[in-house]
Amino acid sequence: MSLFSIFNVAGSGMAAQSLRLNTVASNLANADSVASTPEGAYRAHEPLFAAVKNQQDGGSNAVGEGVQVLGVTESQAAIPSRYEPGNPLADADGYVYSSNVNPVDELVNMISASRSYQNNVEVMNSTRQLMQKTLDLGK
Amino acid sequence: MTLTPDNLFGIHTRALDLWQRRTEVLANNLANADTPGYLARDVDFRKVLAAASGGPDNNLPLQASTPGQVGTAGQAADGLAYRVPTQPSMDGNTVDEQTEQAAFAANGVHYQASLSFITAQIRMLRTAITGGQS
Repeated sequence: MSLFSIFNVAGSGMAAQSLRLNTVASNLANADSVASTPEGAYRAHEPLFAAVKNQQDGGSNAVGEGVQVLGVTESQAAIPSRYEPGNPLADADGYVYSSNVNPVDELVNMISASRSYQNNVEVMNSTRQLMQKTLDLGK
Repeated sequence: MTLTPDNLFGIHTRALDLWQRRTEVLANNLANADTPGYLARDVDFRKVLAAASGGPDNNLPLQASTPGQVGTAGQAADGLAYRVPTQPSMDGNTVDEQTEQAAFAANGVHYQASLSFITAQIRMLRTAITGGQS
């Protein structure tokens, strides 16, 4: 228990948020990808966050130790199909299957993720200043 | 006033300890701002400081006469409480980033205040030792 562990906590938050930004970038880049089968179509990726509990203290009173990413899940929203017989990827009936990425959702996600990232940076900066002040104690 | 190291700095060393702990709790809240189901927590500073400095405790302790009953001793020492959410969210997360950020900033200022009280005490002692000619 010291100010040092805050660096780990804020660091885990920054790592989680940057992974979230990464998935947003991947989703937006693939927003217009098409495939010839519904199974092959791109599905939006979504990270799953969970709080890390302190292993030693156990009980519900323990202070957590940051955040972790349990995994990246795929959106279960319906895959839209379009009739484009001229497309080289079209199937026998002339349909292509595009991704189920919602660009508006992704942009909102991006703003939220970058704000949270900034919050964690701010925490780290303040903690660094407090530690510096503590080292200068008595001068 | 006897100047043993323990009461030389008065309550400020214990306060420093608590501010530091609170910083950690608030940093955790901010790191978990987007975790579904995470409940924001905070330290009840007044209560914990009163307990740490051995002040009068107005609450009668809960009796835990049989094993398995939960007493109040463990909870009082910890002083962690859950924050009352101002805006409910659909994923069960109770972290309000603005509230936490404000609490974190205020907490940093309090920490620095405790530090400067200790620094002033050290400076006073140094003046007493050197007779003001350093």
